[in-house]
Amino acid sequence: MKPINTNQEYSNYVDKKSPNSPILKNCFNAFWVGGLICTIGQLIMDFCMYKGLDQTSATTVVSITLIAISAILTGLNIFNKIGKFAGAGSLIPITGFANSIVSPAIEYKSEGYVMGVGGKMFTVAGPVLVFGISASVIIGIIAVLFI
Amino acid sequence: MEFIQSIDWMGILKCFIVGGIICVIGQILIDKTKLTPARILVVFVTTGAILGGLGIYKYLIDFAGAGATVPLLGFGANLAKGAIQEVQTSGLLGAFVGGVKASAGGIAAAVFFGYLASLIAKPKIKKQ
Amino acid sequence: MKRIGKQTISFDSPPTILETASIVGPKEAQGPLAKYFDQCLEDEFWGEKTWEKAESKIIKETVNTVISKSGIAASDIDYCFAGDLLNQCISSSFGLRELNIPFFGVFGACSTFVESLCLASVFLDGKAASNVLCATSSHFCSAEKQFRFPLELGNQRPPTSQWTVTGSGAAIVSASGKGPYITAITPGKIVDMGIKDANNMGAAMAPAALDTLITHLQDLDRKPSYYDMIISGDLGYIGKEIVTELAETKGYNIKNNYEDCGVIIFDKEKQDTHSGGSGCACIGTTFSGYFFKQLRNRKLNRILLIATGALTNATTSQQGESIPGIAHAIAIEN
Repeated sequence: MKPINTNQEYSNYVDKKSPNSPILKNCFNAFWVGGLICTIGQLIMDFCMYKGLDQTSATTVVSITLIAISAILTGLNIFNKIGKFAGAGSLIPITGFANSIVSPAIEYKSEGYVMGVGGKMFTVAGPVLVFGISASVIIGIIAVLFI
Repeated sequence: MEFIQSIDWMGILKCFIVGGIICVIGQILIDKTKLTPARILVVFVTTGAILGGLGIYKYLIDFAGAGATVPLLGFGANLAKGAIQEVQTSGLLGAFVGGVKASAGGIAAAVFFGYLASLIAKPKIKKQ
Repeated sequence: MKRIGKQTISFDSPPTILETASIVGPKEAQGPLAKYFDQCLEDEFWGEKTWEKAESKIIKETVNTVISKSGIAASDIDYCFAGDLLNQCISSSFGLRELNIPFFGVFGACSTFVESLCLASVFLDGKAASNVLCATSSHFCSAEKQFRFPLELGNQRPPTSQWTVTGSGAAIVSASGKGPYITAITPGKIVDMGIKDANNMGAAMAPAALDTLITHLQDLDRKPSYYDMIISGDLGYIGKEIVTELAETKGYNIKNNYEDCGVIIFDKEKQDTHSGGSGCACIGTTFSGYFFKQLRNRKLNRILLIATGALTNATTSQQGESIPGIAHAIAIEN
């Protein structure tokens, strides 16, 4: 092996030395867990529509129900195990958004209910709302101009 | 029992596959780019909003139902759809009201259940 | 004492490590070194309400244990050097506030334990003290909370990541005694090879460890084989491999007598700790628990202890700064 002198050489060397994530296994787990979560959502949606709700309301009920389930599983210390196993499979569905709000809420409980729970609740998920809502406002403004 | 008979199993299969594929895209991003979870979520919600704004995402929802609405792409698309719809009824004001209004249920539920969970649960270590 | 070469200090009357103590958390208690620790906790809270309080209690009790094991009265200890990973070294300050011993807060990230031993040795050989206490701690949960994500977040840890050791190690060093002696110290330089991945600390710190190791050997004109064992702090599997390979390119073969505390404290396969252990307590507990006993029983007679630290914080790593590494070495001989 040649001696390493520059940062670039070292960085390349480290990349070679560092094991990669087992991407095939991760993708497989993400696929079936993610698919399963969506399927649960679909069943809830079908049930709501069977009971006479329109599609928009049914979609909202699905979101609220999955968020509630995710919050409970987070509180029971189960969600992080699912997340470790499934990766994006539980992160990308709305369950991941819920988990990223609930987990800091629980973690920062020790700093009080106002500045701890209230203040830190959005440390992970805050950017999602900032970028999501900002994007919707921009799209709305574009719609005003062109429609 | 009538409900179970009414289920469209082909629709469920489409939902499973599309939902799964969207998650696999997220997993590839995680493993290949070293983006943090927060950044991955931002990428998905913004992409969803753009696809929703361009009117493309609704075809995926028509095809896969919850397979497209449950992933965060659907959350973003819903924000965009809400903004555009509200603009049609109330103009510029709608651009500010529409998105959050359409997603209010999910946002309120996450905040409420998050606070509730913090009242009940105690931090625990990962046992792994 | 006198300076030798570029960075090394050797002592005229080498201080003795009189006694050590270690307390570890439940995960470490399931690891291969469990039987060597003074106390293994059953849960990470240890009856406290917060992770931070638990960590303070761990360092406090470890210090109490080392004092009672040593047979020296707390009033006979002249100074203490201690530090940890939490902001402003708060675990040490809270843990040691009732001790009534003059206190130096030390921050060297995970190199704190050996940095404290270095400073203590200089105090002792300089006749400024006759007994000095050194202590350090880290806690998986408080470290995750400060540096990474909430514990309940369902994220995946990449294979390069390391597991912060929960626990505390403490040592009492005396000006006179029967050994093991601290014969030389090599304080390290800050070395930054531009690694930015906070999930690959071993790679970020390895160049510093290598620099300190080679400087030490050159300053004292020694070969790696002079030591029964060269021990680094918390480089983990990846960092250990990097140091071994890069040392070879510089003409030093350390394959046979080099080990890393982060590698031996956990069982990688059974405990899912990826690249190994890390944190101040990694070398703190492994040295205090395991290697000190090996020295006492004369199974090892000459060791070089190189503690490594990643000098980063949560803010700068978000700002995209690289992670500077540091490594301090002490030679301990019977």
